[in-house]
Amino acid sequence: MSTTKKITVTAVAVALGLVALSACGGSSDSGDKGDDAKSVTLVSHDSFNVSKDVLKAFEKSSGYKVNVLKDGDAGAAVNKAILSKDNPQGDVFFGVDNTLLSRALDNGLFQSYEAKGSDQIASQFRVDQGKHRVTPVDSGDICVNYDKKYFADKKLAPPKSFADLTKPAYKDLLVTENASTSSPGLGFLLGTAAQYGDDGWQGYWKKLKDNGVKVVDGWEQAYNEEFSGSAGGKKAKGDRPLVVSYASSPPVEVLYAKPQPEEAPTGVATGTCFRQVEYAGLLSNAKNEKGGKALLDFLISDKFQNDMPLNMFVNPVREKAELPELFVEHGVKVDNPETMDPKKIADNREQWVKSWTSLVLK
Amino acid sequence: MAVPVAFFAVFFAYPVAAIVARGLKVGGQWQFGRIADVVGQSDVRHVLWFTTWQALASTALTLLIALPGAYVFARFEFRGKQVLRAVATVPFVLPTVVVGTAFLALLGRGGLLDDMWGVRLDTTVWAILLAHVFFNYAVVVRTVGGLWSQLDPRQEEAARMLGASRWTAWRTVTLPALGPAVAAAALMVFLFTFTSFGVVQILGGPAYSTLEVEIYRQTAQLLDLPTAAVLTIVQFAAVGVILAVHAWTVRRRETALRLVDASAVARRPRGVGQWSLFGGVLLTVAVLILLPLGVLIERSLSGPDGYGFTYYRELTSAEGGAFLVPPIEAVWNSLQYALAATAIALVIGGLAAAALTRKAGRLVRGFDALLMLPLGVSAVTVGFGFLITLDKPPLDLRSTWILVPLAQALVGVPFVVRTMLPVLRAVDGRLREAAAVLGASPMRAWREVDLPMVRRALLIAAGFAFAVSLGEFGATVFIARPDNPTLPVAVARLLGRAGELNYGQAMALSTILMVVCAVSLLLLERLRTDRTTGEF
Repeated sequence: MSTTKKITVTAVAVALGLVALSACGGSSDSGDKGDDAKSVTLVSHDSFNVSKDVLKAFEKSSGYKVNVLKDGDAGAAVNKAILSKDNPQGDVFFGVDNTLLSRALDNGLFQSYEAKGSDQIASQFRVDQGKHRVTPVDSGDICVNYDKKYFADKKLAPPKSFADLTKPAYKDLLVTENASTSSPGLGFLLGTAAQYGDDGWQGYWKKLKDNGVKVVDGWEQAYNEEFSGSAGGKKAKGDRPLVVSYASSPPVEVLYAKPQPEEAPTGVATGTCFRQVEYAGLLSNAKNEKGGKALLDFLISDKFQNDMPLNMFVNPVREKAELPELFVEHGVKVDNPETMDPKKIADNREQWVKSWTSLVLK
Repeated sequence: MAVPVAFFAVFFAYPVAAIVARGLKVGGQWQFGRIADVVGQSDVRHVLWFTTWQALASTALTLLIALPGAYVFARFEFRGKQVLRAVATVPFVLPTVVVGTAFLALLGRGGLLDDMWGVRLDTTVWAILLAHVFFNYAVVVRTVGGLWSQLDPRQEEAARMLGASRWTAWRTVTLPALGPAVAAAALMVFLFTFTSFGVVQILGGPAYSTLEVEIYRQTAQLLDLPTAAVLTIVQFAAVGVILAVHAWTVRRRETALRLVDASAVARRPRGVGQWSLFGGVLLTVAVLILLPLGVLIERSLSGPDGYGFTYYRELTSAEGGAFLVPPIEAVWNSLQYALAATAIALVIGGLAAAALTRKAGRLVRGFDALLMLPLGVSAVTVGFGFLITLDKPPLDLRSTWILVPLAQALVGVPFVVRTMLPVLRAVDGRLREAAAVLGASPMRAWREVDLPMVRRALLIAAGFAFAVSLGEFGATVFIARPDNPTLPVAVARLLGRAGELNYGQAMALSTILMVVCAVSLLLLERLRTDRTTGEF
């Protein structure tokens, strides 16, 4: 039949057209086949960032071209790395945090490699010392932020601790995120679980609920819509002066304002923090092991660690790393954040989120 | 037929089947018992129930509000019509995060309704339903309006001459002719709202959960593939039922119609009735669509020191640190993806529609339904499926850029098929036969007979495919990609960072996304296809 023939011809033409399209319209990065020993691929989540010149310097000194693949939010990126571990998309994975670390290790995502300069990393961040499957890269704290202006106008002292948040003075002031889909939301829940223990946290949340805590879906909505202290929140007439965010949010408010204010418009309730640590590791079936190792060394090198804070708004893990002035001036030092063993998180997380959901959202 | 089938087998059926199988197969054993376990949970049943009824309600409400709009856009001639039609399609491409923002300004605290009547609808089902109307208004206006504008009004006039009342004439002449297009639009709106993700989360609050959200949580957050697989099967089943109902209602309804040139039909509104209908539709569009969009534009312009283009200027510098390149480059990335996706969707969808016009029978109807399935399957399932299937030669596409437009075309194809099919089926077969008798090859007959008639539908379809790709967020996020963000991805990333400039740039970029979408659609509408539309 001539119709079929025509269609086949059309299809071939189309296929050729597509190839042509991908040849000329494609961006400079064609898929890296991995057999090219001169390039190394970093798989990460959407928040990964590094200054161009710092990355260029590494490429120059090591001789490897670096491809960065961003693979969704932190949770999705880790899970996809686990699913594809037999045939990974790259050589190094960066961005598995302490809430997901156990899952990654138990699934054999990483192979052992002790990065050069690991001895420079502050001891509190080191894990898996027997096997060195992961290397800590950065840490950050999830804390309640407050709107300075609101509390000054009301002549009310901002809250300092988890316990303060349930006091009548702070009724209907706090907005937080859904613990089952949002990473700061989960961090805040884990912080309360660490503070009040396995049996106590539910009672605490009951009080918090009675005190009018509002739960929205994600950080963007909580921070940019509901929180009265952020730029977006001011425009949206947000009416909650307390929000669950990061300890690094106030410096960011300063950095991204024109003109930069003398003082950050928001502060941090330092007794409400939960510490997140992010790790990187050499993927189990990496095609370019040597390049991957060099890349891991680079992630904890002076250069990268000093460059990182203003790109990802996290703290370096190197003891001698220099914090940028902005962090020193407008950031807060969180002395005793809540922490939790990754294994304990892995064992309880699902159950806790389930009970939290039926307790707070229903 | 072979090409679309192969396309769907490789880029849809195989990845989805693989990820579902991975969840249901433990140690080489199929665990079908899991299905009963999961479906037996009251939470899951609750989620399924909510998902279904909100989708039905959203669809009904959208049809109710948008059908008069379809009529006005099809039958009335007025200044600025094309611009307005393009603008009405803009919501369709906006990232849900941004739509959520716009709608909160309308329905939320301190929003318009709050100021006027003290009504707050955020965190209610109403907010979800209205936002769905906002999103899908254009779907109805374009699919139904496209056909409506080509119906010959003289048939209705003839019925009136023979003594039918205006209502009877409309009911017996126009409505049956429109039936397939209305059903197609309803189906698409239903599938869209059935798999709604961001709108439900942002406007409804975390208390509301759809199947889509649950699948995302189980897959992307908890890595509980068995549960996710069961939920995907449930979603499939529900979508399958809807498709069956749709097929059953439309079957035998698609008849040959007399199609005329659209421009000959439209005229200025006349009389009180027509003017009030016209005014009502304009008011609806103004409140429901222009107002939320206006809020975004206003926020993008209100800089740190009064109104101005501060945020737009920021977009051109790479200083911001959220990207290695100036955010404005996302415009170019988006356009490249959208062009590629549109090309793929038109080829696949066009071939499929042509095949479906020529043949009938059970197999073909099954194929028709298959083409619609991607609209009713969650992006995370497809994305994760790609990850575990397209990783070996010859299909080693995981980190190639073509994967993104391919995934977007999966969503675009159903639109192409649905907009072209009613028109193609309405073409009188005798014309083709006449052409064939006169010695034209099938291809030639198609070009000379069908193409002039479906040109309009083809352009509408292209517009849809383009808009889908421009605004598509799900697949783009679930496919690992080198750092060349599309507009929606860039907006989401800016919103994910604190600080006034980031927020402002997100609003500015959203506004640019709207403008890019509206301008692209206007250009498509203006295309005078004296030059034939490609190698069909």
